Parts: sequence; structure tokens; C-alpha cells
Amino acid sequence: MSWIDLIGFGEHGRGSILLWAMGMTLAVTAASLCVGAVFGAIIATAKLSASRPARWLGDAYTTVFRGAPELLVIYLVYFGGSQAVTAVGKWLNYEGFLGLPSFLAGAIAVGLISGAYQAEVYRGAYYAVARGEIDAARAIGMGTLLRFRRILVPQILRFSLPGLGNVWQLSLKDSTLVSVTGLAELMRTSQIAAGSTKQYFLFFIVGGALYLVLTTLSDRIFSFAERRVARSFRHSLGRR
Amino acid sequence: MDFDVAFLLSTFVKLVAAVPMTLGLFAASVSLGALLALGITYCRVSGGPLLSVFARAYIFVFRGSPLLIQMFLIYYGLGQFPAVRHSLFWPVLRDPFSCAVVALALCTAGYQAEIMRGGLQAVPAREIEAGRAAGMSRLLLFRRIIAPIAIRQALPAYSTEVILMVKSTALASLVTVWEVTGTAQRLISQTYRTMEVFLVATLIYLLINFIIVRLMALAEYRLSPHLRERPDPASSGGRQGEIHG
Repeated sequence: MSWIDLIGFGEHGRGSILLWAMGMTLAVTAASLCVGAVFGAIIATAKLSASRPARWLGDAYTTVFRGAPELLVIYLVYFGGSQAVTAVGKWLNYEGFLGLPSFLAGAIAVGLISGAYQAEVYRGAYYAVARGEIDAARAIGMGTLLRFRRILVPQILRFSLPGLGNVWQLSLKDSTLVSVTGLAELMRTSQIAAGSTKQYFLFFIVGGALYLVLTTLSDRIFSFAERRVARSFRHSLGRR
Repeated sequence: MDFDVAFLLSTFVKLVAAVPMTLGLFAASVSLGALLALGITYCRVSGGPLLSVFARAYIFVFRGSPLLIQMFLIYYGLGQFPAVRHSLFWPVLRDPFSCAVVALALCTAGYQAEIMRGGLQAVPAREIEAGRAAGMSRLLLFRRIIAPIAIRQALPAYSTEVILMVKSTALASLVTVWEVTGTAQRLISQTYRTMEVFLVATLIYLLINFIIVRLMALAEYRLSPHLRERPDPASSGGRQGEIHG
């Protein structure tokens, strides 16, 4: 069988499985971005807060999850999570081992890491919001929540777009490590295809090329989005 | 979670035993990567159109694809060909440690080349012109003017990349090199005490990173004497404003 049949869409081809796996990689990365947005927002708020213990906790979080190897974080969530699920099962009178679903474990683990980076992105974006606008909002009597919703969030989201693009690219590469939990994303699927056909070189080249497609496409999408956002900045009233 | 000091200590001792392996991977791959990056930066900046396209393609491929797939490609992929198995590279490609070093070095070279190019671009044209006007040869110009300024400019980005490399050495455990993360994984599956092992291993990585950050800050300090406050001439030997090349 020629190599073109192996990666094609025929009876013995792995083409369609690899495309599905690409979708799985995108899904787990997108899920981790959402998990990370929640963690990132909480940690950024903690780091910007006036309370010293909150700032300390925020700093500890970003130091640990940016300083520990990504693989170690995945082991923590996968093994630690499975132990927790098994303990809950035992409590419900289920004997035996229960595993945390690998998609969930991957999304949480990569999300924890991405949360640490996103916290820094949001914090930087917060500093970029003009102080005068916050003072003005306070002066016309907006409450904390309304100020947050109407003044801070719309601007922070715009300012953090370039940073979020970087976080997305990092998470896309971190998602390859989720393959150790057995999730059939692009890395794991290339590995299985390589192992069962003994065509290691071919399938890792193809897998790598598909990752290049993903990173290049997302780079395009993010720079397009940044251009759109920049346009809205130029036309907005009251900025310069 | 009960707090078991004896277990934490024994875990720490077992993991510290794997630190030389992590540091070995790190030192070998960063220095090999720096050499490669120098070559790629040369191709990108002052090579002809062909070499420049090669450098661009290299940077695109190695920065755009994940490190794990590069490592598997080298470790599992290359060994598939009889020609490779009979070549003189086989002793290098057969060994997991050197395979991991090669993969890490190839990957970081792509990132380091971009950092070096950024540093070179920050050298003001007038300084180079002044050096030329003073009659410096190309090598002297590079050694005395270009390199010190470019290195100074590139250091912050370079230290970020170096820290990322410490973390990247963890992937070597997936090609059976028993460094800190691989050892931690083995301890977790033996003891099922995930949290404790994770915290001890993370502490070790943070310590390594902390030392590297301090060393980088020291290098930055040494390379920017012109930004420091001048010492009192009466108390010092008067070696002010000298740039250490």
C-alpha cells in the first residue's frame, strides 16, 4: 500500500480519522480556553484587589501554573481527579476504580495553565484602560457592578485580544500533552496510526503538518480580529 | 489531605536525584540550540535570498508545530529507515537522551533565532556607522559594538525562552528519559499521592527557574553599566562606563 493510500480517505486510509482528531484538538483547546477564562478572570481580580492575602494567592497561582511543566499539571489533574472520582464512587457504594473522562481532565489541566497566562493578559489590559474613564463613570454615579459591565469588560476584552491569541497558540501546543490521558486528539491519533502501520515518519510528518495548518489558520483569524478591533478604536468617540 | 513530612522528604530526595538529568537535558539543548540559532539568524539576516527562505521556513515549521510531535518524529520516525540505522548518526539517534536533546535543540533554535534577530534590529544604525568610520574591521565591529548591544536587548526575551526550556525538558520523559517529571509520574502511580508529589516536583522546578532568573538578571546588570548610577569616583577605582564585551 502506497503512502498516499495510508493518509487518504479510502478503505484503509487514515485521512478521515486524522481530520476528526483535528476537530478534537480544536474542541479540547477551545474548552480549555473557556475554563482558563474563568480562572484567569478570578485570578486577575485577586491580583488587582486591595487585600494582601488575595494578591498573595493570585501570585502563588500564576507562579505555580506558569512555572510547573505542563505535563506535570496534566498528571495532577488526571490522576488526582480520578482519585477524587473514585472516592466519590466508594461513598456511593461503588467498588473499583473510576477514571476522570480524559476530555474533561485535559480541558481542566490545560485550562488551569491557560488561566495563569490569561490572568496576566487581563491584568495588563486592565492597566491599559484610561483611568479618566473609570473616574468619569464613578463621577456620574455608576456602581461597581455597572462600571465593571459597561466600562471595564468591553475595553479589557478588546485590549486583551493580542494576548489571548498568544495564549490560544500555547494551549494548542499544550493540548498535544493531553494525549497521555488517552484522548484521541491529533497527537494521540497520529501516534496510533504510526504504531499500527509502522509508518512512524509518515504519520508524525502528517500530524505535524496538520498542527502547522491549525496554528497558521488561528494566527490569521486572530490578526483579522485584531484589525477589526483596531478599527473600532479609531472611530470611537472620546479617545484622543 | 494529611500532612506527612516523612513522605514529602523521601519524595524530595527521590526527585532531587533526577535533577542532574533535567539539568543535563536543559544545558545541552539550550547551548546546542543557541549555536544552531546563530547559524539560522545569520542565514535570515545576511544570507542570500535562498538561505533567507530556508531560515524563514525553519522558523515557521519549528515554532508552528508542537515539540512533542517533533520529538516523536526524531525518536520513532527516523529509526524506521535502514539508511539511518546504518549511518554514523545511529549511535546518537538510538539513545533516548541524545534524541531528546536533538529535538529540544532544534525546537528552541527556531525561537532563539527570532529573539536574536530582534536583538540585532535594536542596534542603532548610527553606532555601526560610527564604528565603521573609526576603521573597525567587520569582526571587531561585531565583537565590540553589535554583539554587546544586541545581547543586552535580547536578554529579557531570551530568559523567558530559557525558562520555557526548563519546562520543556519534561517531555523527554515520554521518550523514556527519567528526569524529574518522569520520576514524579512513576512515584504518583506507585503511591497514588498525586498532590504531594506534584507540589514537591513543582517546588524543584520553581527553584531551578528562580536560580536561572537570578543569573539572567545578573547578566543583564553586567551588560548595562551605562544605565547604572555612576559610582563615586573617590570610593571606586574609576572604571566607569566600561562595556564588558
